[in-house]
Amino acid sequence: MSKSSVAKRVPVSFTVNGKSHSLEAPAMARLLDVIREDIQLTGTKEGCGEGECGACSVILNGELVNSCLVPVIQAQGAKITTIEGVAQGDVLHPVQKAFLECGGAQCGICTPGMVLASLSLLEKNPNPTRDEIREGLAGNLCRCTGYMKIFDSVARACGSQQ
Amino acid sequence: MRQTQTVGRSVQRKEGREKLTGQARYVDDLTFPNMLHGVTVRSSIPRGRIKKIHFEHGVPWGEFTIVKASDIQGSNHVALILKDQPFLAEELINHCEEAVVLLAHPDKHLLEKARKLVGIETDPLPPVFTIEEALAGKQIIWGADNVFKAYRVEKGDLDSVWAKADRVIEAEYETGAQEQLYIENNGMIAVANPQDGVTVWGSMQCPYYVHKGLLPLFNLPQEKIRVIQTETGGGFGGKEEYPTLLAGHAALLAWKSGRPVKMIYDRAEDMVATTKRHPSRTRHRTAVSKDGKLIGMEIEFNIDGGAYATLSSVVLSRGTIHSAGPYFCPHVRVISRAVATNSPPHGAFRGFGAPQSLFALERHMDHVARELGLEPDEFRRRNFLREGLTTATSQLIREKVDLSGLLDHALEKSDYHAKRERFARENPGSSVKKGIGFATFLHGGGFTGSGEKTLASVVGVEATPHGQVRVLAASTEIGQGTNTIFSQIAADALKLPYEQLEVAQPDTAHVPNSGPTVASRTVMVVGKLVETAAVALRDLLIGAGLLPAEYSPEQFRQACAGYIEKFGQLRANSQYKQPPNIEWDDEKYQGDAYGAFSWAVYVAEVSVDTVTWETHVDDFVALQEVGRVMNPILAAGQIEGGVAQGIGYALYENVVWKDGRMANGQMTNYIMPTSMDLASIRVFFEENPYSYGPSGAKGIGELPLDGPAPAILNAVENATGLKVRKIPLMPEVLMQEAKRGAHV
Amino acid sequence: MRAYLPDYEMITAPSLQGALEVLARGEFRPFAGGTDLMVLFEAGKLSHHKWLSIWGLDELRGIRVEAAHIAMGALTTYSQIQRDATVQAEFPLLIEAARLTGAIAIQNRGTLGGNIVNASPAADSPPALLVYEAELELVSCVGGKIVSRWVSYRDFHTGYKSTLLKKGELLRTIRLPRTLGAEKGWVQHYRKVGTRKAQAISKICIAAAARVEGAKITDARIALGSVAPVPMRCLKTEAYLRGKDLGLAASWMGEARAVIASEISPIDDIRSNADYRRGVTQNLLEEFVKKLSSGSTR
Repeated sequence: MSKSSVAKRVPVSFTVNGKSHSLEAPAMARLLDVIREDIQLTGTKEGCGEGECGACSVILNGELVNSCLVPVIQAQGAKITTIEGVAQGDVLHPVQKAFLECGGAQCGICTPGMVLASLSLLEKNPNPTRDEIREGLAGNLCRCTGYMKIFDSVARACGSQQ
Repeated sequence: MRQTQTVGRSVQRKEGREKLTGQARYVDDLTFPNMLHGVTVRSSIPRGRIKKIHFEHGVPWGEFTIVKASDIQGSNHVALILKDQPFLAEELINHCEEAVVLLAHPDKHLLEKARKLVGIETDPLPPVFTIEEALAGKQIIWGADNVFKAYRVEKGDLDSVWAKADRVIEAEYETGAQEQLYIENNGMIAVANPQDGVTVWGSMQCPYYVHKGLLPLFNLPQEKIRVIQTETGGGFGGKEEYPTLLAGHAALLAWKSGRPVKMIYDRAEDMVATTKRHPSRTRHRTAVSKDGKLIGMEIEFNIDGGAYATLSSVVLSRGTIHSAGPYFCPHVRVISRAVATNSPPHGAFRGFGAPQSLFALERHMDHVARELGLEPDEFRRRNFLREGLTTATSQLIREKVDLSGLLDHALEKSDYHAKRERFARENPGSSVKKGIGFATFLHGGGFTGSGEKTLASVVGVEATPHGQVRVLAASTEIGQGTNTIFSQIAADALKLPYEQLEVAQPDTAHVPNSGPTVASRTVMVVGKLVETAAVALRDLLIGAGLLPAEYSPEQFRQACAGYIEKFGQLRANSQYKQPPNIEWDDEKYQGDAYGAFSWAVYVAEVSVDTVTWETHVDDFVALQEVGRVMNPILAAGQIEGGVAQGIGYALYENVVWKDGRMANGQMTNYIMPTSMDLASIRVFFEENPYSYGPSGAKGIGELPLDGPAPAILNAVENATGLKVRKIPLMPEVLMQEAKRGAHV
Repeated sequence: MRAYLPDYEMITAPSLQGALEVLARGEFRPFAGGTDLMVLFEAGKLSHHKWLSIWGLDELRGIRVEAAHIAMGALTTYSQIQRDATVQAEFPLLIEAARLTGAIAIQNRGTLGGNIVNASPAADSPPALLVYEAELELVSCVGGKIVSRWVSYRDFHTGYKSTLLKKGELLRTIRLPRTLGAEKGWVQHYRKVGTRKAQAISKICIAAAARVEGAKITDARIALGSVAPVPMRCLKTEAYLRGKDLGLAASWMGEARAVIASEISPIDDIRSNADYRRGVTQNLLEEFVKKLSSGSTR
């Protein structure tokens, strides 16, 4: 870090995927950058930096958020889940498994956000209709799939969760 | 069926698990010790001369690595087809986003500050922004006449038909630019120094294009340049030629600083500065007999190439060849041009010229049918290509093609006739007008004409002593399924389980040049090489007496171990051989343009809300014949994704230009379809194996971009009677048409 | 990320009182869910540098149902609004606006107060709030005490991106009178026009309500977004509609369309153009009147 650009850092602590982290960061640093660079969990992606594409989605205190729009200071004390916290060791979550089986992931860059959005949707609505799935994922843009196989994946995941 | 057979089955994506767990590493996920970040300072005027570059106070410039054109030791041009585009502008500025200065620093925040402090003083020159202005030639901005490339296709004797024709029907069509909008922006990391040469890691479709581009820039021997593809978050053509420029920039900064340099575009930069689909203008003049036969087609097809030649000549070529579509017409003339304007170069985008010329054609076919008083399906049936007939380039169709059958099936699946009747009955009483329309089209697989022969692609297959087999190719996985399909092909060729196969990371130091990942060639052309290389590897083992003709995976493993012990390495290569009967004349633009075509009929059902003039696609049937379907889920995923991009092209994605610059370069304002906008895309395949494709496969990747736009606009016309001949069909345009009272 | 991070500062406040004390000094500005400000920040276009995060102030959160009003804390998110039973039953326009703002992740962070104070003419909730004749409580700290004043939302926007909010003031409460229920004969209508169905910025947005007795429109409220420098009530159109016989709508519709067109001042921008906005506004009015005629409620 150059001496010419020292941003004032503040202490922040929160839990990511069940693990506590205490670190110092500029208060307005994006949660996205702190997760990727300080905590080195690079599964959370940046697609647009303006809350439009959902590639940076994480679950923060039980709610889906765009981590590019959260200043890290606002995550103080939060419980955060990123894509790395979804599988249990080698065992994929039913949503991940369904994406694998139904072809819900192609290039994979929207996939972490899409999986978290799907988890968040199913958390609130365990049996969504296709239209509810479409609405629940509307903030996660995918350029590869045309979404059909993603809808199939979420529908299958509901089945396998029961 | 053998137990191990995987072709034709929906085996799971090879790298799917890594992608689903966040373990897949994309270029921005990589960090190197001592790494700098790099940014680009761009011109801000569309055309002019650089007078002076100054660096304002506000950052410690001494800490920065600064690269200008004068720092380039090799040749300052991006090696592609022509040598007109510089890596960094030296004197002339030809578009608003031209790279002029590169900066690197360890602190990426400070870099952003520094970027704003570089001033580029210029003397502006008058710019050219449209195809019409370019052709008018008042300002010459490129070559002698602003024309990058022109083609002329002549079949039969067109001039003789006008007098004989019962009707001559003319119309003009227009398509806009389209951003590829892969969700992973362009990015590259470079390590470069005189001892080790240049190595780059990045998001790309074509490692050997980047390799070719870096050679003259650094003037180094081949083996001193190494290009490695990292996991790539979508390409769609947008990472075909552009990454060469970015790799060059990162490498120049790395070379000068002696440290690794990472350059990652943000969305705004990626949208405004990188390539988009070529805007086009097409004029059709069509001679028909009163019984509804095409007797002459005159097509003028022009595309806007932007400031430099890049791939425009090739895009133009594919658009030209596809412009007469899947119809037989004895007399055809196509005159086409790619012209220069002062916007950033337009480039490869899935479909590569064909979506533009097929949009015009398939809208025109509906227009001609109506003028003749024929139903759109009936008019097309009377003119379909079939075995024994010739295309516009006089290519004889040797395969069995049943377009009438495909049309029947597609219209049946979409309930076309009943819906057309019902909508006509119900629309007058509703503010929401429903309509249904279709397009019939073809897409040639692989490089055009003699292109594949020239490429002479090579694929390798190697095995370890444990019987694990690796495919070595430069063809990249960009989401479309290369890793999976190559593994399926090789597994079946070797009679091994899918799990025993893997595909090497494309790295020019380790994989042969299997050509670029473009042109719907990866399965059809490169996949065939995978198959023959795998068979060659098996034959090595059999030939060495280590493997019987019928064997188990365990026997294969033992044979590999034995072979490697004896000979040190087990590897076989395969190089492209042109199938027989392919003759192409590059001068006359006549002959066998493609080894095989894929054929399709797409049907769109739409609702047009006359309160807002917004159009929604309610149902979409995509039916196609693509040879053998290798992996049904992956194949359907390709089609669905392509159709979604096609729906965006038709209805949502409007590049707003302001003085040669994209004014809406944000995902908020350039709107691609969300999950709420895509209701139902139904995909159907019919299989007619192609003799020279692996297991009979043909090209599939680009096909689905060709059909949606004309099918949707045909449906909108069916719904509203409004004859819009331009995409994107934004509601603003449709409302204006309605006001103009352009009803039938 | 185009912002120069070291130039920016963000602090948090332990309480509303503490926040107001900081704001009173004038150096810091309030920062809520960040769904608008972070976008500007990342684009390098956030000109103010010192921010006070009020996100943690739970006393500014939640929906309280009173006899005559519902009162929403300024930090109530769109997601919270959508889940509230009273809002669902009595304020359908606000539910629709919340549902159509961004998508889930934005709705989880975007706040009603933020949407109001950000003062974008294209915001989705203001037309609904105008129809409901919202009242805003603005608070500040004077001499160590919290001082509050109420203003009518209709007067809040004073020009493009400018409002009645004074330096040091914070929006605390948004209060909606419970007067427009269906049982009182009001028909309500909301529509956002944004070309795509989610994640859209509106090109035109209408919220409307009218009371119909027999075939007669006895009262009407119409508000629009994206057609003027501020979210606006269409008072002339409302006046025109009052007393109109729906049975004769065909005869006066042309005039009604002309009245609403005369009230708005749409512009051309990168998302749409003035012609479209004007034409569609007229169509939306007509659609609303047709809905009144057909007697449907929503």
